Amino acid sequence: MKFGILVNEGPYQHQASDSAYLFCKAVLAKGHEIHRVFFYHDGVNNSTRLTEPPQDDRNIVARWSKLAADHGVDLVVCVAAALRRGIKDENLAPGFRISGLGQLVESGIQADRLVVFGD
Amino acid sequence: MTEGVAKKFMFVNRTAPYGTIYALESLEVVLISAAFDQDVSLVFVDDGVWQLKKGQQTKGIETKNFSPTYRALEGYDVEKLYVERESLESRGLTEDDLLVDVNVLSSSELGELMAEQDVVLSF
Amino acid sequence: MLHIVNKSPQERPSLDACLRIAESGSILLIEDAVYAAVKGSASAGKLAEAAKKHRIYVLLPDVEARAIADRLVDGVTGIDYGGFVDLVADHRACQSWL
Repeated sequence: MKFGILVNEGPYQHQASDSAYLFCKAVLAKGHEIHRVFFYHDGVNNSTRLTEPPQDDRNIVARWSKLAADHGVDLVVCVAAALRRGIKDENLAPGFRISGLGQLVESGIQADRLVVFGD
Repeated sequence: MTEGVAKKFMFVNRTAPYGTIYALESLEVVLISAAFDQDVSLVFVDDGVWQLKKGQQTKGIETKNFSPTYRALEGYDVEKLYVERESLESRGLTEDDLLVDVNVLSSSELGELMAEQDVVLSF
Repeated sequence: MLHIVNKSPQERPSLDACLRIAESGSILLIEDAVYAAVKGSASAGKLAEAAKKHRIYVLLPDVEARAIADRLVDGVTGIDYGGFVDLVADHRACQSWL
């Protein structure tokens, strides 16, 4: 089964990004496919490579990048929401791409399930 | 469109405008979704009903007043707007306070409608 | 349908909205919504009533993080993230009551 995921909140501030990530890991462990993870609202802040958490904390951004590298998961950041918040190609972490909101609607159409994580 | 049969998309709006950005950015997805020829419904529940209140004046908070966009939705073929009666009444509102025509539903009618959807997006 | 709630019932009316509107189905409590399932809390009665109409699940990693595993009300089923995935797969659609 193909899962689409929507992440509406930034890293660290809310648990939404952690919950979405752990859900994605479980989706893959169950042998399902992730059609796309779409980052919207403050969720776009999951994609900045300028993030530097303390050594003893999880690196939420790097964790998403690794999910893309290891499993080819499509990580899409909404362009309008990103530009509002200072996220651009030059500070984008590996594995993320910036695209339009149509990618979210398309994920709703093409995935079998769409799960929203937010505040 | 990528597939033959339209899916039923429901956008659930439960936040008031201006205090947070959710209402505005939700509306942006709704406008985009119209281009995909899907079966789109918007529902307004809890403080989401305040998004439709007539007479919003945002000059003093130096924020864009996006409420006229709800009236423009018809032009995008987004015509299914639903409001939960309980949410209206518990805020002292009636249909006359709203800036667009909506279908007012009971909580259980709204629940039935929600259960018919293929994709439910909430922000 | 699967309904996902993630806020404490004493912070926001998300659970109330869910219980008022949701047709008979499944409700999953995650993040701070797991506090709704605490025995003796203000929402315990509400949840017991809801359990007559819906199947109620709680996400155990969130329960354990919040130190309430030993005080959950009867009638709720604890699941892990794998169970969360199964629940989503088993229902045609899900609504997150953010």
